[in-house]
Amino acid sequence: MEILVASAIGAMMAAAIYLILRLRTFAVILGMTMMTYAINAFLFVSGRLVVNRPPILQGSGEAVDVTMYTDPIPQALVLTAIVIGFGMTAVVVMMSLGAFIEGGDDHINMPQDDREMPPLKTVEDTKKIEEETA
Amino acid sequence: MTHWLIAPVLLPALMGSLMVLWMRHDLLLQRVFGIVSSLLILGVALILHHDAISGDIYVYRLGNWSAPFGIVLMLDRLAALMLLLTAVLAVVVQLYAIGSGWDRKGWHFHALWMFQLMGLNGAFLTGDAFNLFVFFEVLLIASYGLVIHGGGPMRLRAGVQYISYNLAGSALFLAALGTLYASTGTLNMADMAARVAMMPPDDTALLRTGAVLLLLVFAVKAAIVPLHFWLPSTYANAPGPVAALFAIMSKVGVYAIVRFFTLVFPNDSVVETIASDLILPAALITLTLGQIGVLGTRSVTRMAAFASIASIGTLLIPLAHFNTAGLTAGLYYMIHSTLAGAALFLVVDMICARRGGDHWLRLRPTIRNTGAVSVLFFLAAIATAGLPPLSGFIGKLLILDATWTDPWRIGIWTTILATSVIAIIGFSRAGSLLFWKSHELDPDPGNDTDEGQRPKPGPIPVKLETDEPIQDVDDSAAPWLAFASTGALLAGTALLAIFAGPVTEYLRDTANQLTDPQPYIESVLMQQEDTK
Repeated sequence: MEILVASAIGAMMAAAIYLILRLRTFAVILGMTMMTYAINAFLFVSGRLVVNRPPILQGSGEAVDVTMYTDPIPQALVLTAIVIGFGMTAVVVMMSLGAFIEGGDDHINMPQDDREMPPLKTVEDTKKIEEETA
Repeated sequence: MTHWLIAPVLLPALMGSLMVLWMRHDLLLQRVFGIVSSLLILGVALILHHDAISGDIYVYRLGNWSAPFGIVLMLDRLAALMLLLTAVLAVVVQLYAIGSGWDRKGWHFHALWMFQLMGLNGAFLTGDAFNLFVFFEVLLIASYGLVIHGGGPMRLRAGVQYISYNLAGSALFLAALGTLYASTGTLNMADMAARVAMMPPDDTALLRTGAVLLLLVFAVKAAIVPLHFWLPSTYANAPGPVAALFAIMSKVGVYAIVRFFTLVFPNDSVVETIASDLILPAALITLTLGQIGVLGTRSVTRMAAFASIASIGTLLIPLAHFNTAGLTAGLYYMIHSTLAGAALFLVVDMICARRGGDHWLRLRPTIRNTGAVSVLFFLAAIATAGLPPLSGFIGKLLILDATWTDPWRIGIWTTILATSVIAIIGFSRAGSLLFWKSHELDPDPGNDTDEGQRPKPGPIPVKLETDEPIQDVDDSAAPWLAFASTGALLAGTALLAIFAGPVTEYLRDTANQLTDPQPYIESVLMQQEDTK
């Protein structure tokens, strides 16, 4: 079972990294979601893999059976991580939409204008623009 | 004292929610509430600082649960220092945002500011590794809102890059926490430190992996090369006051490195000097790359962003030693670079606003208030480059002094001194282009006949639309407030230089407290009689 879980996490993570390295926001968001899945599964197994045992101690006093028990902390961590990951995905979707609408395309890379100095507009240029828009 | 410890987290959370729910349409009310709550946080930070300076370590057990099971908030000298620094910066920069009218450029500026403070304060106070992750997310999600404040295509695009990079960083953080939990069985930082100390030295593969993953996460936050790629575009495109507040946000990564690698994984623990070995070369490269960026870039906002990368590199060089002298020098430079970096971002914002949003380093006509702005730019550049008489010089001296015993000292000294020269050249080039040469383009006042016939170089927009994504100088609420708050930050660096003696003494005590983590661990795990 360890091999199955480990390879599943590995495969998800590999797919996530491939998608994140794409240049478009849609693929990157899918990759982020995939990465969250992989990480959540990873967190879940960080409390060791056990099957068919509840995350709570059963019996009381001397009768507590500590072998019939799985660690509850990773489950709580996963729950928190799922909620945060979900919220963050919503934010990144909204932000990408905003960038797509304002910027005109869905490239992740910054456009050329961010690195290269655009030519200075002269008075004539602005006048021409104003005439065209008017 | 008992319940003051949680106030820096609760107060902004409450005020931020109030602002969103009750006063979202009333900017004046938001401003008043925003400033009052920032001042209250500053007051609480002062009280906590006063308590922590005695050297005691205070533990606040949330819900009164006993230590490794419940979440704890911790207050020691370092946490108190960071709280105070954040609060001071937040008040001053918020005043700038109000004075320059930046907070009118979009919705919920002051509410997001509060949530940002909540995340920052929580990250400095928490004593639980997973709780640190949660507070990181709180401060990040507020910063996502702040970084695109005002809108505009470039800012939104930079925002998408920033958020993607940090989401990947958060995933890495969870992976690190999972690894550490799997190998130590705890998430409480003090408890983790106690368990790491008891680990057999021959079985540390998983623990080392966890430690390095954690270091990578904090390196992403602090923008250490090669994980710095998110910073230049984000900071260069963010609104000026937001970039100035982010001067403390990259320090959160540094704080977390100091906290974890003095408390949980000190150099004499089973993971050995793994952190020092990785941080020192990375810091040297970060410093070099940052200063070359300052010289090489053709945009003045990007220059400020590269200067902040360089400052992270500089302060990590002594911190990487994790000894008293190194920590003292590093913490001194951290206070300095937070103030100086924030001031530089504010000045750059003022310059860009007065050039009609043109942030490129090229010849334009003389800007309005050129005298006052150029003095502020000059001072900020002096502080950032580390020239006397401001605190950058003393900070660099302390760093050179602290690294004297290092076997790499020739390399370290050469790098720091050579890169300082590069930065000075970069700043002088920018300053002369922005302020001196611009006079060449001005119409000659003594020669009226030419007036009107000379082609005017590049027009400055007559009046910006209210939704333009840059500061609107013609329509700012109180321009003097913008000048005053930038001046206040620079005055802070001057004070830091004047009182360098007492400040270094104070930081040496802080460093001593950090290098001896035993009382910290004991205060969490012992003395818990009344807990559940």
